[in-house]
Amino acid sequence: MARRSTSGRAGQGTWWAGLPGLAYLVALVLAPLVIIVIFSFLSRAKLGVGVKWEFTVQPYVELFYSESLSGERSFDPTYLQIFFNSVVYSLITAVACLVLSIPIALWIATRPPKWRTLLVFLVTIPFWTSLLIRTYAFVIILNDNGPINGALTGLGILSEPIPMLYTPFATIVGLVYSFLPFMILPIYASAERFDFRLAEAAYDLGATKGRVLMRIVLPAVRPGIIAGLILVFIPALGSFLAPELLGGGKTSMIANVIAAQFGASRNWPFGAALSVMVLVIVMLALVAFAVVARRSSRRGSQQSLESLL
Amino acid sequence: MAATEASALSIRNVSKAFPTPEGGEVKALDDVSLDVADGSFMVLLGPSGCGKTTLLRCIAGLESPDSGEIDLKGTRIDDVPVWKRRVNTVFQSYALFPHMTVTQNVAFGLQMDKLPKGEIAQKVDRSLELVRLTGLGGRRSSQLSGGQQQRVALARALAKEPEVLLLDEPLSALDLKLRRGMQLELKRLQQETHITFVLVTHDQDEAMSMGDRVAVFNEGRIVQVGEPREVYLRPRTRFVADFIGEANIVDVVTEGGGAAITGWGAIPGESWAADSPAIGDGRRVAAVRPEDVMLTAGGDGRFPIIDATFIGGDLHAVVQVGDMTLAARQPAADATGLSTGGRCDVAFRAGSLRIVED
Repeated sequence: MARRSTSGRAGQGTWWAGLPGLAYLVALVLAPLVIIVIFSFLSRAKLGVGVKWEFTVQPYVELFYSESLSGERSFDPTYLQIFFNSVVYSLITAVACLVLSIPIALWIATRPPKWRTLLVFLVTIPFWTSLLIRTYAFVIILNDNGPINGALTGLGILSEPIPMLYTPFATIVGLVYSFLPFMILPIYASAERFDFRLAEAAYDLGATKGRVLMRIVLPAVRPGIIAGLILVFIPALGSFLAPELLGGGKTSMIANVIAAQFGASRNWPFGAALSVMVLVIVMLALVAFAVVARRSSRRGSQQSLESLL
Repeated sequence: MAATEASALSIRNVSKAFPTPEGGEVKALDDVSLDVADGSFMVLLGPSGCGKTTLLRCIAGLESPDSGEIDLKGTRIDDVPVWKRRVNTVFQSYALFPHMTVTQNVAFGLQMDKLPKGEIAQKVDRSLELVRLTGLGGRRSSQLSGGQQQRVALARALAKEPEVLLLDEPLSALDLKLRRGMQLELKRLQQETHITFVLVTHDQDEAMSMGDRVAVFNEGRIVQVGEPREVYLRPRTRFVADFIGEANIVDVVTEGGGAAITGWGAIPGESWAADSPAIGDGRRVAAVRPEDVMLTAGGDGRFPIIDATFIGGDLHAVVQVGDMTLAARQPAADATGLSTGGRCDVAFRAGSLRIVED
């Protein structure tokens, strides 16, 4: 108690220390977001670069309807489909990362402490190289003449190479590869604190390995799982490189469409409207995660309230 | 085999070695054999690192012995996986599941047995009642005191009605007052449930007050098994004499037919315990309890008193006899004239000296 009150006082005295960071966030995160929202309600400029300061909801209409040359409006699911695909790819990526990370994270957490540091370090090695270069590497790995197809045809398992590059599969492989460390690290952080004597107690009480994992270990690493899902799903939703390089434009994700609107298509307001939609989806996803995450902790806090009464 | 029908647990020649960081091997269990009678309270007593917890973990199935055999009610279990053994453990750290309530903790083992819901609820209630925690089922372990957590751990293990309940230093985390209370409580639980208890401790008082029988461990071996009183009164080795209660270990030499303590003199026949092992030839060691060392004050006494302190109603004295020091304890009433720096004579109570293995 005493300690908390002194550190509180110390914190109050140095409130200004947070100002530079706050100013940075306001100038470089909040302000652009506000500009994007404003742009999404403005008209397209004559030559497509920049915006015309004239209020309209046309960009949002374009999300759902397309206009024929004769000016007739009809429902067009193209963009909804891209949003839907992006969400699905990101969810698949998050789940695939989760499934791959749990065994890795638990394995690292059960190694002797001196090994753990090294293994965690190894997990972070991919960050040493640019994501662009690493994603290009997958072009080499996955193409028709690449090592995988080469091995499969060479061993006679396949008569001719299966096209893997420029498919949704390639996009997801690239996404999983890019974001795997963001899942492993938070789960490992939770698993490292896990008291493995609890697993022994569960075995002792008659739990098989699968049940120990499901009933004891996973609930304990739940905070890490939730953090990992957020850290993978949200950047995956906005990822540009993997669908661009590995999806070959056939499997565009929303970021590629947005990039096109600000680039070749020269439709800034529409690009802004698409960005706002991404923002909405991300916020909805965060709310969903928060609800799931709180469900268990609320149960606990309710009980502590009960015990106080 | 030697295992009788009445034995709940029979351990035969179990050995277990662990690799050391230096690349060597340390024998945690070295050819250990032990029978635990059905419905009895067995205490495994020994200093830390003596192998007693390893034996407990081998019985539970959390370690597997390198060699030997463990039988539970006549069925071999050392090759049965931990989750199938009808044995449950109360862990030293309690190991309560933090994300579950008390009720969920106690129900966990029963759910693993896939019992019907109604039966689980019934058994959980009965277990909580048994450990006197009725009404706290909705709490989480973080909202319980140490003593209460201990009871939850007990209820969780007892709810499964195991053939044998293993308790790994269950009281070591409690403060002294709670510990005394829990000793009686454990004894009561064992008598009420008729479950065989095997408890590991390094605390001799705990072993003496709870155990029907005590197995004393040292360096991976069982050095003596018996009723607590028996082990106290008839220690077989120097280690047991020293570890259980206090003991003076004196060197005994044979001198022309009789035995003598160097620096003290010939030992009168009546000083020997009636059932003390024979002395044989050469040098042996004998144990004698401090309360059996009798001091008589006197200025012309043969031995200097190095230290004399009153603790409670007793005088605790240390006397120099030849090369060795003897600890003595006697009631204050018999201690007149004994003080630090004084001199005294030393005698041994009749039947108090016992030859022990060195």
